[in-house]
Amino acid sequence: MFDISPTEWTAIELSLRVATVATLVATPIGIGVAWLLARRDFWGKSLIDALIYLPLVLPPVVTGYLLLLTFGRRGLVGAWLADHLGIVFAFRWTGAALACGVMGFPLMVRPIRLSIESIDRRLEDAAGTLGANGPWIFALVTLPLAVPGLVVGSILCFAKALGEFGATITFVSNIPGETQTISAAIYTYTQVPGGDASAWRLTAVAIVIALGALVASELVQRKASRRLAQFE
Amino acid sequence: MIHFNAAITLGAFQLDAAFEGDAGVVALFGRSGAGKSVTIALIAGLLRPDRGAIAVDGRVLVDTEKRIFVPKHMRQIGVVYQDARLFPHLTVRQNLLFGRWFAGKAEQAVDFTAVVETLGIGHLLSRRPGRLSGGERQRVAIGRALLSSPRLLLMDEPLAALDDERKREVLSLIERLRDAFKVPIVYVSHAVDEVARLAARVVVMDGGRVVAVGPVDEVFGPSQVHAGEVRFGRSSVLTGRIAGMRAGYGLTEIEHPSGAIWLAGPAGPVGREVRVVVRATDVTLATRKPQDISVRTILTGTVGGIEKDDGPLVAVTVDLKDHGHLVAMTTRMAADELALKPGDPVFALIKTVALDERSITS
Repeated sequence: MFDISPTEWTAIELSLRVATVATLVATPIGIGVAWLLARRDFWGKSLIDALIYLPLVLPPVVTGYLLLLTFGRRGLVGAWLADHLGIVFAFRWTGAALACGVMGFPLMVRPIRLSIESIDRRLEDAAGTLGANGPWIFALVTLPLAVPGLVVGSILCFAKALGEFGATITFVSNIPGETQTISAAIYTYTQVPGGDASAWRLTAVAIVIALGALVASELVQRKASRRLAQFE
Repeated sequence: MIHFNAAITLGAFQLDAAFEGDAGVVALFGRSGAGKSVTIALIAGLLRPDRGAIAVDGRVLVDTEKRIFVPKHMRQIGVVYQDARLFPHLTVRQNLLFGRWFAGKAEQAVDFTAVVETLGIGHLLSRRPGRLSGGERQRVAIGRALLSSPRLLLMDEPLAALDDERKREVLSLIERLRDAFKVPIVYVSHAVDEVARLAARVVVMDGGRVVAVGPVDEVFGPSQVHAGEVRFGRSSVLTGRIAGMRAGYGLTEIEHPSGAIWLAGPAGPVGREVRVVVRATDVTLATRKPQDISVRTILTGTVGGIEKDDGPLVAVTVDLKDHGHLVAMTTRMAADELALKPGDPVFALIKTVALDERSITS
């Protein structure tokens, strides 16, 4: 029953790689966007806000199709990236990471933004009068105090990336060893005769990873809130 | 040392104030909403004035006409807030060293060990702010501001959140810092005793304007300081010199031109100049010098003014002989029966038990 085949291992390994890369790349962008939304007022802010949350409410297939139109080989951005930087997304695992990152991004931005908004701005003022300029205030006060939101956001984004199916399969298809993640593999196994055992094994793995992520987020959050609760 | 002349409009509130301060402690005094905290924020660079100029230590920080605005992180001004505002994610040591690090090697004029010892926070260094009591937090906050080697220290009601005992403790620490580290301080408060104890010079604010400036005993004597003050909170400040100690009785005699002021407990060496804070409710008035009475302190003077309305209480200002003023709270009935009017000779009686070393400042 728990004898996982090489093909299944490939799907698991690919899923973990795609989710990790998606989360790592999305994190710094997520922090920047969350900070802008929490701390700055600018023209078109609500539009940016809506745009970020769009993948959460759009059908994933629509998001995947839009990605294909934009980042596909003949897409506006995709063609330019391929010609000038040699970066290709279409039908590659990097494309799966892009799709997963876009789908997980709103889940990441929201907790970070809430965390930053809850920071007492007078602490940042205090850091300023002690000699810290804007970037130093961010690095030494804002970011460390936003860690609880940062951790929750990253874990949610990672979990979303692991489970992403619709946008990924639309954008980069379902190629074993290249773009076939756990979800896509399970779907494939359910479509072929005798695939039930494989589907079951991958399902169990998905449950284990998801539970692990939830427990980890709970632990980190509890630790962080305990530390901050000491401060009235 | 500090030159302040600025105006700002914040919603319905308007500040338009000007004052000068020299070395030592300058107190900004007034009720809440008077504009004290806005003034502090303007000096610290947290707010930008609509018009005006601020200079500290000969350095122009703001001048709207010359379009100068030094950002807050380049002003070298330490701020101590009412609520400490320590960084919760850093230890006490890291909090203390925060500003010091930005000050750079050349500017580190204040010695870390000396500050930690003076403030008595050596045992707290590895703790986080969340585990500190209110008094400890405030001491760390003062140390943090001081260690950034500021040219000026702003203290915005640093004692307001503390209980009476902690207040006394931190107040005497601030006093020691003032003398040991020679940093000029702008001290915001609405408590007369704090201001009298720390400051040489007072700037009284009300409704966003400066209504009085001067030495403490001048400002707190005459009736000009009643803007918004609670009646029972009114106090006067008398400057005198310690004449001697009646050791057998545990009493200190303070020499004042209008008479001897007796104080319970020791107050320092003979000849030292001290300021005594007297609450208006502790003063009794008599038109003839009383005989056979337990009150030790009997000062002579004349009635300066009477603030009277339809209420049961009146405030009588007594111009003391040769020097100083004293405000006495009494009933309207008594004032009428004694037929008090400006110019009348009067005796001001202060119960010695109302005064102790807490009332005194040097």
